[in-house]
Amino acid sequence: MSGEIYTFKILRYDAQSPDKGPYFDYYKIRVITGLTVLTVLLRIRDELDGTLAFRSSCRSATCGSCAMVINGLPNLACRTQVGSFQDKTIILEPLPNMEVIKDLVVDMTPFWNMYEKVEPYLIRKSPNPEKEIFQSEQDRKKMDQFVNCILCACCYGACPVPARDPGYAGPAALAKLERFALDSRDERSAASLERVNDDKGVWGCDTLFRCIDACPKEVRPTDAVVGLRKTLVKNKFKRTIGIGGKE
Amino acid sequence: MLEYDVVIVGGGLTGLRAAVGLSEKYSVALVSKVHPIRSHSIAAQGGINASLANNPDSKDDNPEKHTFDTVKGSDYLADQDAAELMCKEAPNVVFEMEHWGCPFSRFSDGTIAQRPFGGAGYPRTCYSADLTGHVLLNTLYERAVALGVRVFYEYVVLALAVDEGVCHGVIVLDQVSGKLIPIRAKTTLFATGGYGRVYFHSTNALINTGSGIGIAYAAGIAMKDMEFVQFHPTSLLGTNILITEGARGEGGYLFNNKGERFMERYAPKAMELAPRDITARSIKTEMEEGRGFEHEFGTYIQLDLRHLGEQKIAERLPGIRRFCIDFVNVDPVYEPIPIMPCQHYSMGGIDVNMRCESAVKGFYAAGECSSVSVHGANRLGGNSLLETIVFGKLASRSIPEYLEAHDVRPDEKALLRTQAQVEQKIRRLTSGGNEKPFPVLDTLRKAMDDDVGIFRTRAELERALAKVIEVKERYRHVRVSSSALHMNYELIAAMELEQMIDVGHAITLGALLREESRGSHFRRDFKERNDDAWLKHTLATKGPDTEPVISYKDVTITRYQPMARTY
Ligand SMILES: Cc1cc2nc3c(=O)[nH]c(=O)nc-3n(C[C@H](O)[C@H](O)[C@H](O)COP(=O)(O)OP(=O)(O)OC[C@H]3O[C@@H](n4cnc5c(N)ncnc54)[C@H](O)[C@@H]3O)c2cc1C
Repeated sequence: MSGEIYTFKILRYDAQSPDKGPYFDYYKIRVITGLTVLTVLLRIRDELDGTLAFRSSCRSATCGSCAMVINGLPNLACRTQVGSFQDKTIILEPLPNMEVIKDLVVDMTPFWNMYEKVEPYLIRKSPNPEKEIFQSEQDRKKMDQFVNCILCACCYGACPVPARDPGYAGPAALAKLERFALDSRDERSAASLERVNDDKGVWGCDTLFRCIDACPKEVRPTDAVVGLRKTLVKNKFKRTIGIGGKE
Repeated sequence: MLEYDVVIVGGGLTGLRAAVGLSEKYSVALVSKVHPIRSHSIAAQGGINASLANNPDSKDDNPEKHTFDTVKGSDYLADQDAAELMCKEAPNVVFEMEHWGCPFSRFSDGTIAQRPFGGAGYPRTCYSADLTGHVLLNTLYERAVALGVRVFYEYVVLALAVDEGVCHGVIVLDQVSGKLIPIRAKTTLFATGGYGRVYFHSTNALINTGSGIGIAYAAGIAMKDMEFVQFHPTSLLGTNILITEGARGEGGYLFNNKGERFMERYAPKAMELAPRDITARSIKTEMEEGRGFEHEFGTYIQLDLRHLGEQKIAERLPGIRRFCIDFVNVDPVYEPIPIMPCQHYSMGGIDVNMRCESAVKGFYAAGECSSVSVHGANRLGGNSLLETIVFGKLASRSIPEYLEAHDVRPDEKALLRTQAQVEQKIRRLTSGGNEKPFPVLDTLRKAMDDDVGIFRTRAELERALAKVIEVKERYRHVRVSSSALHMNYELIAAMELEQMIDVGHAITLGALLREESRGSHFRRDFKERNDDAWLKHTLATKGPDTEPVISYKDVTITRYQPMARTY
């Protein structure tokens, strides 16, 4: 068989046996060109070590299951080519900012809690028409960038803020909020945006752009943070001069 | 023991739509082996059919025409009353999804955009670029969050408790804690998706094992029309990631190694937009007759989008472009895409009627795991997303009718008995035995690929059946590496393997017995459709010696008498 031998160095840990502590396991495996990190992980689990734990599903960078830290950077295992690294050792670790359940699987509860907090759904007050609510092509396009988010949490893992402040909403939740704030059909009140108008929300962002680098879908969550900040400042200005809508 | 009015298994479009319809009035648990957002529905690309008549070319489209296309596409095996119901509901559910925030692509007049899809008389496929499943699933999950639906994610259902024709609930494994938990429920709805991974080459997610279908079968509920397996014409060479039919809907061409648009020979009118069964067979024929391209990953055909231009590709098919660049290093703006047909969709499934009811009281199924049947022998592109939402919604109407009409008291004892069986199975898989689960699965899925594929013959099907039986025997010796119950993916794979073997068995046996060609089921030794003998549904029920017992059931025909199917 052609291909080159790679060493996969994988962080192992089981929250149910914390005494064993985290440690690295090493797997040597022959890799032909075009194989992804996920394909290799599946081979390790199927053929070498059935106890290895990692999430995976669509294997096409769509479902967001297989986010992990690959050679130091958060990414999806399914879209990372093994051959894209110079080094023949690939180091795999779980995403930071969340507790490890086992090996490469983290507890995403904090991530989903933040998601739920921003009211991540369309809010309407007017009655719906019989058919579709009209939306222009341009208005539809405005959301595109944020609609693309697959909630994989690469950004949340890359963000420096949650480590210092676990109450921080994080990039994905804010991107989701901006997706609705930009939706011409959404009728949430200005007050509902106030919820992120503090340093647990948009003002907590350090604008280091780590989320932009980590995002596999070009969502650019920092753009959402900047967008929301502008809206909040504008709303405040409107309130000050007394033309603000209802709170 | 947990207790609910309704337990819904599956967090894809079907399960979420049902949960959204039920959770305001009933106590509902939605159980899914992955977070709902990771369900396979997320990967759907091309769109969802509804005769909205928004496209300037579809002004006289209507639900009746949609029904006819669906029935003809099914090669007349669909139940026509069910197909009619689905197509009539289609505009309602699409508008409802839009009102809930689904970001559909738009026409310049602000209405929902619609594109042409295979086998359809009009452009009626509503879409959001090539991310339609992504936007639909996000919208329904958002709705579920707004309503506070109780979701148990990373809980795997391992068995269904059925006793004397009544369903009492499910046994689930909490993957994180490793606890086995019985859920006592007055009604149970399976929305567990397709079985693509029973095949070696599939467009489906790795989690699509079809375990729900196998679990229901083990509990005595029949599988219907399993021999009808959809092979999609265009999956990416190597990974088999789907390249949506929308790529042809937007005007893509198929070319063989002679540079011919070979669909001319097979479907001169519809060309690249012939239904999937016909297009997949045409591609396979080109390959078999030496007109494909050779590559170390296999033989392929070219899907050419270059004439669409960069702007159209970037606007309508951005995801496809990304897949091609990321996974085969081809930019479709400049080069044709190497594609091959492979397993894609399960027309068959749990036998239910158009109210999503099974033969077992209190047990329902909907979506891809079920067979109503609205797709018959071949599903049209864009009709599956439609089925998930329509029947998820309809289940959320028929379940309350049952709950209101009966004093339902699910039995704890039946659940505890089922739990004991599950525990015994786990003990067996974690002790003794000398086979790892994976090589057994590998034998099964290769046999299905090789011998139960696009073209079938008696000899090949008999060989596959022998393999399935061999695999069943090997399964008795399977053992997993660790006896831990928490985060043990190998154990879950081993549990699901049993169900995958049953699914493979029913597909193969159904295909061997059906001596005709209809829709996706093509027998080289019986090339014609035979309505006199075979215009009927196949049912596979678990027999006493674990072999499936096959029987047949009439197709409901209302308005459309079977005709020759040309495109
Ligand atoms: C790549 C691709 C593209 C597609 N594109 C289109 C398209 O453009 N248009 C169209 O109409 N159709 C399309 N389809 C088909 C369509 O996407 C599916 O048929 C549909 O999404 C299935 O939805 P579902 O709700 O039935 O199941 P799924 O979305 O597959 O969900 C199944 C759920 O069941 C859960 N589950 C399964 N087993 C268990 C268990 N044992 N215990 C607990 N939970 C379990 C899973 O966790 C999951 O949440 C496409 C399919 C593929 C593969």
